[in-house]
Amino acid sequence: MPGTIDEIPITPINTTNSTAVKTGGWRAFRPICDTDKCIKCWSCWKFCPDVSIAIGEDGPIYDYDHCKGCGICANVCPVKCIEMIPENK
Amino acid sequence: MMAKLTIPEEELMSPGHMGCLGCGATQAMRYVLKAAGRRTILSIPACCWAVMPGVWPNTCLQVPELYTPFETTGASISGIRAALDALGQEDINVIGFAGDGGTADIGIQALSGTADRQDNVLYIMYDNEAYMNTGIQRSGSTPIGTWTTTTPVGSTQEWEKSPKKNMTAIMAAHGIPYIATATTGYPEDIIKKVTKALSIKGTKFMQIFSPCPTGWKMDPALTVSITKEALSSRAFNLFEIENGAYKVTMKPKKTPLKGYLMKQGRFRHMPDDLIAEVEADLDSAYENLLHLEECTRKKA
Amino acid sequence: MVKELLTGNKATAYGAMLARAQVIPAYPITPQTTIVERIADLISEGRMETKFVKVESEHSAMAAAVAASNTGARAFTATSSHGLALMHEVLIWAAGARTPVVVVNVNRALGPPWSVWADHQDAMAQRDTGILQFWCENNQEILDTVIMAHKVAEDPDIMLPALINQDAFFLSHTSEPVDVPDQKMVDDFLPPFNPKEKLDVDDPKGFGSLVMPPQYMEFRANMARSMDRARDLIRKVDKEWEGLTGRSYGGMMDMYRCEDAESILFGAGTMMSTAKDVVDDMRNEGRKVGIARLRIFRPFPVDEIRYLADSVKAIGVMDRTYTFGQGGPLYNEVNAQLYNHTNQPFTKNYVIGVGGRDVVPRHIRSLFDDLEKVRENGYGEEGEIHWWGLLDGKTPREEM
Repeated sequence: MPGTIDEIPITPINTTNSTAVKTGGWRAFRPICDTDKCIKCWSCWKFCPDVSIAIGEDGPIYDYDHCKGCGICANVCPVKCIEMIPENK
Repeated sequence: MMAKLTIPEEELMSPGHMGCLGCGATQAMRYVLKAAGRRTILSIPACCWAVMPGVWPNTCLQVPELYTPFETTGASISGIRAALDALGQEDINVIGFAGDGGTADIGIQALSGTADRQDNVLYIMYDNEAYMNTGIQRSGSTPIGTWTTTTPVGSTQEWEKSPKKNMTAIMAAHGIPYIATATTGYPEDIIKKVTKALSIKGTKFMQIFSPCPTGWKMDPALTVSITKEALSSRAFNLFEIENGAYKVTMKPKKTPLKGYLMKQGRFRHMPDDLIAEVEADLDSAYENLLHLEECTRKKA
Repeated sequence: MVKELLTGNKATAYGAMLARAQVIPAYPITPQTTIVERIADLISEGRMETKFVKVESEHSAMAAAVAASNTGARAFTATSSHGLALMHEVLIWAAGARTPVVVVNVNRALGPPWSVWADHQDAMAQRDTGILQFWCENNQEILDTVIMAHKVAEDPDIMLPALINQDAFFLSHTSEPVDVPDQKMVDDFLPPFNPKEKLDVDDPKGFGSLVMPPQYMEFRANMARSMDRARDLIRKVDKEWEGLTGRSYGGMMDMYRCEDAESILFGAGTMMSTAKDVVDDMRNEGRKVGIARLRIFRPFPVDEIRYLADSVKAIGVMDRTYTFGQGGPLYNEVNAQLYNHTNQPFTKNYVIGVGGRDVVPRHIRSLFDDLEKVRENGYGEEGEIHWWGLLDGKTPREEM
């Protein structure tokens, strides 16, 4: 990150994509999808507040670098194929 | 198999933002940007969204955003629009994105000015029913009975005593062409309404009910399902006011208010008689909305 | 150039027109109102192409101006007194956002007691906001300064907002002959505003976000450095303007007959025009007196004050307001520059003309007399800060 007063812009100008910030470390519960049961309705993708679910061939692909483990995906899944597993297990 | 998606696939909000677990306000932003697209300038006052995009030099937003003082969203979007007009760039969406405190309380004067001038902007109030960024203090948008850090529930029962400020009625009184409510549990509806708002010239106002698990003392996994119960219990209603004509865009079957309230720690102290009183008020407000729909129908 | 009879407020509107302000959000307040009225007229006459945003408050005026500037438009506004006080938060924001909005302030007292007359508290209270401050003594200077201030403020090395001060009624509502420069000359002098960074959908960036403590201080130091750099640029722009129009306002400070002066009075605004007149008379009488008129308050004219300190024996500092605690703002600033300077002339503070009270030639003469007397005999009963002309209950008002 630029530091000296010659290197910084005159006012904070934000240009770096926040993807560089790994929020996965906040997670206490990890979502795991049983893709055999997944009906690919993409509710999990649609409601993810952390934009951490990609649309995969067989079901959701989690971005565990960013997923905070809120559990919304598991909650909205109509076939209950997503389980929240404690991170320490 | 190709995915069948009900909302646009392109993401203009990136992961790595600072929103809490299950944050409804981040969902609101994600859907609004999906509807508005890249040719959009955002103005964000002090609120959760002033912090969530990230600390300098990071941002999770792929559209230009201007951070502004708390009470200036209305003036700021008017200034952006005036500058774009002066520079001959009229095809750009200008959206103010402010919290309920920044809208219903400290920002209401500047917002009123913008609406009064009918400036061509969309103002979005993401409503999580308290000052959440500062740590859950009551705002004008906090409903009766709510616990917040400034309406604590001790032996003297200092919970919120006044009803939620009716921002849509206030905005309707300004005679602006389009007003809508929406909630994060219904992204397709948000996208439809934002798209419609942006197709109309003049000042547009949207209130997006956005759950805050942190401030509502609620399981973050319930962020989506709680909005459905908010609607069915009439704690929040979905409607549009287009050129003065009301249209209730969702009329869910009524469920008891208590079911909605008891899932949230902020309401769990409420005695049954208070719940009954609030429920009667909410039911009558919903009836009133249906009457407004009925009697303004001709105008549509 | 065309000579027209213009009030200070009309000169302000003409300045904004010639500077081609693209966005003007403004709110009326006495005695600034005729500025917004005149701007509305100029637009309706087709002489001015500007988006005039009729905001609901001065706070919104400045907020809309800052947002317009962030979007890449030249923004201008005007206010006075309580309006400037209401803008305070956004003046700080404009400076931190590095948006070179130009604000004309008609200097007026704040209440209570309610007063609409000339007083400098409104502007002096904005000292620490990070806004450049220009001070005017006549209507020509106002018009010229609106154009020059845009050039200084928008310089890539500066990028700070600017405040231009003119005294209520003495200038705002008084007509004077003013040379109105032609548009072509102004256009050559002041190119279109083209900031390096702006809100741009084709190159999306965020502006003004949260910064953590390890970086915040650098942003503030960067602002301080730009403010310091403005001194040389102000001198240069003043010279350039002089080359085009023959009119200079002294660069950082307007010194009048200060060469070989023993006593000088330092102050701001229209009372210094009166003082210059009195100095002419006193010079004819053989008195070695001069006037230093505040032209730029931020950045402060440190070199100029120290230059004067090397030759004069006494500086009387006239403040048309007070800081309520210790001394008038100009007095404190002058003394601060002298403490670490080798030559330290005698200084005394005259709080005068507060709330529009007249400052007439005999006052100026008595200030010089007093300054010389106390320099020889000590401050005496009044002390170093003297509220000049307070009613004493014996002397008729008109004698004070």
